[in-house]
Amino acid sequence: MNWNIVLAATIKWVFMVLVFGLGVAGILTWVERKMSAVIQDRVGPNRASILGFRMLGLFHPLADAIKAFTKEDFVPDGANRVLFFLAPLIALVPGMLAFAVLPFGPGDNLVIANMDSGIIALLAITSFGIYGATLGGWSSNNAFAMLGSLRAAAQMISYEVSMGLNLVGMFMVFGTLSFSQIVYAQGHLLGGWLPEWGIVVQPLAFILFMAAALAENKRAPFDLPEGESEIIGYNVEYSSMRFATFFLSEFFEVVLIAAIVTVLFLGGWQIPWLDPKGIAGGWIRVLQVGAFVVKTLFVIWVMMLARWTLPRFRYDQVMKLGWKIILPLSLLNILVTAIVLAML
Amino acid sequence: MSAEMIVFWILAIGAVLGALAVVLPPFGRNPLHGALALVVSFIFMAGVYVQLSAFFVAVIQVLVYAGAVMTLFVFVIMLLNLTPEELAQPKYSWYKVLSVFSALAIGFIVASGLTHVLVHFHAASIPATFGNAASVGGVLVKKWLFVFEFSSILLLSAIVGAVLIARKRRS
Repeated sequence: MNWNIVLAATIKWVFMVLVFGLGVAGILTWVERKMSAVIQDRVGPNRASILGFRMLGLFHPLADAIKAFTKEDFVPDGANRVLFFLAPLIALVPGMLAFAVLPFGPGDNLVIANMDSGIIALLAITSFGIYGATLGGWSSNNAFAMLGSLRAAAQMISYEVSMGLNLVGMFMVFGTLSFSQIVYAQGHLLGGWLPEWGIVVQPLAFILFMAAALAENKRAPFDLPEGESEIIGYNVEYSSMRFATFFLSEFFEVVLIAAIVTVLFLGGWQIPWLDPKGIAGGWIRVLQVGAFVVKTLFVIWVMMLARWTLPRFRYDQVMKLGWKIILPLSLLNILVTAIVLAML
Repeated sequence: MSAEMIVFWILAIGAVLGALAVVLPPFGRNPLHGALALVVSFIFMAGVYVQLSAFFVAVIQVLVYAGAVMTLFVFVIMLLNLTPEELAQPKYSWYKVLSVFSALAIGFIVASGLTHVLVHFHAASIPATFGNAASVGGVLVKKWLFVFEFSSILLLSAIVGAVLIARKRRS
């Protein structure tokens, strides 16, 4: 075993997950409130200040962190203490590991694990997120939390199926399960001018994948497992840093899903018509990593917009949408893709 | 001892300890803890597959067993919400006889498989494509297509069974 590889992987992980992922997730707690305020014609967070500087309320995430750390850490009577402590971590850690297979730029240096079956690996890692929500609700020894965790488990299992099936069309078009290979393939030009991005060749899969990913993320309009505003969710018994961990894992998943959508459907680090083989290096490579970040932030913005625009579904509507609309459409998408590929 | 061996022993011991924790106290007393111990054991097993260069099998192991099947187990155990009385050891002696018999049967299968491997094992260099998705998929849908499709009928029958059970009864 070469320790340099371990060291390099650790450094990459720190930058991709702790600096980029958690950094953006932290700022998202502010974006969420500011964006909802703008949409609802309010002022939004503007009270936290350091020496009189308010910075549009940008100090609020910092104030939240201090609040979460200093609040009482409450464990309900009869709770399963071990699982109660573990559940928030189980919710957060899979998302952090999943970043390992996403390429931030061309070449082997800007991805931690350039795996041959990276997309399947990502689905495998993220499927652990279900345990965090279900065990959190179950271990709280609270009937409402338990019901919330059952809603979470049913919803996440249902939409996980569609998420995977929508990627099958991508596998068929690009003939690979590797994230890096898919991004390289997306630099190819259709008819000499149109970049062969996933959104161009698989538009239906893009829409369905976004919808399924939003549901998987448990955010509005699919926020029934939590129901922050009126119904009670799986995290009702959680307080202080443990609650903050659940919350952070949700925002972290927003970043992760946006990054996945960027890599699969929006060309990853590809800048249209510029160095599609990723061999230029130098400043062009910096630009390409920048393109990845900008596209990811754009997808996050779209997800935030959906969250504050659409009202919440009823639970039977969530199930109906998942099993009766998105799943058959995903299967249809696979069939049509197969027919088109066979005819070409 | 090389680094690979150290990693192997960590993974192997983790997998065996996880499997033991499924049935032995203190974890085995609580069905949910037992199920979670099985998840841990599966993850360590996946690590062993990675060391055998079977990346695709490792990923599928985590995706299907640890991620999907065990989620269902946890889901069912949570819904059953068993009381301590229900969890008490069954009195029936045939129950224990059956457990011993099945343990022996599984032990025999594992032992015969191990001896087969040990007798016929040749250390050979593996091709670069070994264990990746393309080679596994190729073997599945070219060499073993009939078996592969036949096993899907098993899944179909399970789906039909689930629909039958969930169907609204007319009365």
